[in-house]
Amino acid sequence: MKILVPIKRVVDYNVKVRPKADESGVDLNNVKMAINPFCEIAVEEAVRLKEGGTATEIIAVTVGSSASQEQLRTALALGADRAILVETDIEVEPLAIAKLLKGVVEKESPDLVILGKQAIDGDNNQTSQMLAALTGYAQATFASELKIEGEKALVTREVDGGLQTISVNLPCIVSTDLRLNEPRYASLPNIMKAKQKPLDVIEAGSLGVDIEPRNKTLKVSPPPVREAGIIVETVDDLVDKLKNEAKVIT
Amino acid sequence: MSILVIAEHDNEEIKASTNNVVTAATNLEGDIHVLVAGSNCSGAKDQAAKISGVAKVLVADSAEYEHCLAENIADLIVAISADYSHILSPATTNGKNYMPRVSALLDVAQISDITAIESSDTFERPIYAGNCIATVQNSDSKKVITVRTTAFDAAQNDGSAEVVDLQESHNLGISEFIKEEIAESDRPELTSADVIISGGRGMQNGDNFKILESVADKLGAAIGASRAAVDSGFVPNDYQVGQTGKIVAPNLYIAVGISGAIQHLAGMKDSKVIVAINKDEDAPIFQVADYGLVADLFTAVPELDAKL
Repeated sequence: MKILVPIKRVVDYNVKVRPKADESGVDLNNVKMAINPFCEIAVEEAVRLKEGGTATEIIAVTVGSSASQEQLRTALALGADRAILVETDIEVEPLAIAKLLKGVVEKESPDLVILGKQAIDGDNNQTSQMLAALTGYAQATFASELKIEGEKALVTREVDGGLQTISVNLPCIVSTDLRLNEPRYASLPNIMKAKQKPLDVIEAGSLGVDIEPRNKTLKVSPPPVREAGIIVETVDDLVDKLKNEAKVIT
Repeated sequence: MSILVIAEHDNEEIKASTNNVVTAATNLEGDIHVLVAGSNCSGAKDQAAKISGVAKVLVADSAEYEHCLAENIADLIVAISADYSHILSPATTNGKNYMPRVSALLDVAQISDITAIESSDTFERPIYAGNCIATVQNSDSKKVITVRTTAFDAAQNDGSAEVVDLQESHNLGISEFIKEEIAESDRPELTSADVIISGGRGMQNGDNFKILESVADKLGAAIGASRAAVDSGFVPNDYQVGQTGKIVAPNLYIAVGISGAIQHLAGMKDSKVIVAINKDEDAPIFQVADYGLVADLFTAVPELDAKL
């Protein structure tokens, strides 16, 4: 079984991002970049399927500028066999990313595509579902458990009310939720080995799809600020404030 | 052109999130139609027809829509999409599942999780865990949108819409429902509760959530949790409040033993009043709390319980 794992380079999850002073965008000067946490979970799941004998090859792919090679190397260090960068300098939206990934799916014919449910920069939560639509494959989003059984995948999904289990035909698109696994750290020897693994670069234009943005960001502003609160000394004070000042309990 | 709202329901009842989306839709121009796709869903259909502001309810009542499988629902929505300028759903796990599929099939972008509508093509939405609010203008001919339900009040239920049965069958046959484990609870749902009490890593284990339950009973509150508490196995995933869990905005949010990571704050910082109980006075949760109590939760919570 061949697994394709699309990943994304994003701001590190510990960074508190702010808008630029002129509100023209997000201030990303000198911030630490990393592989999106949900994508790390996707890579880990693919590696476990390979370690368990289900998968034979793992291909990591990303759409972005040449700087994204850093995150592909991380995926290779975690256990992917080879990597593909679909290179573009424009800020591509989920629909465009899905169209480019469809091009990669057509070239590579994977049996399974695993990707993060959401990138923590745009918080869109769209790419996997869009890729499923464009390829005509089934989708199993927000996965907390994944089992391959013959020509089907049995996937437990995190839904609002609890958990839902579905069976989907392969090839299919799976998007990862937080509880699917706990990703490993790349070891130093594996980081060194990753430098020798193949990384192909494809020009986004060569895939012949429309990737022009459909959304224009007019401005990026800070969220409303909460007024600073107070520290109460005792539980009695707290109950009194909630009853008589905030009036949220009776 | 009209506006299509996709109802969130469990076949028997309409979920309040549908009413929130109808309110959002009233900010746009055009009749509001609501699609109820389910199986044996007459209960949900009747309730949908009562939502104020709705002109027409479209019902697709067929076995293949029972569990809201994205493949079938998306094909249904696309099949009836021609007359609509805007298609909206709540940003629930169902809406997040089928709406991007609809967008891609229509070859339009999706605008996720909107919190305000400026005009028919311009919307506000939080990005970077709510640390920035983006105002985006979409150029597609049809707008496919998921709505952050906490940003819009729920529409009332004193309407009487026309009901139309659809004869649409869409079963792609590539996915199949196997089972679900849905938590049964007498408490209000997290996303529509007036009061929420949430526990974090400081709760130490699942058993200790009992002390929150007692307070929740007295306040009629829902119980939530931080990611740390869910990852540690204290409580199930459906308790999680945060950037990638549930987004809540109750009148009162009580955070117990929660440090206040950016990702948790993203899910609750629009609550009207926030209370934090934590023994670490430097915990970031105190920066958003209206009332902070620096105390050991294992003494403070039982004391609070006794005094309510």
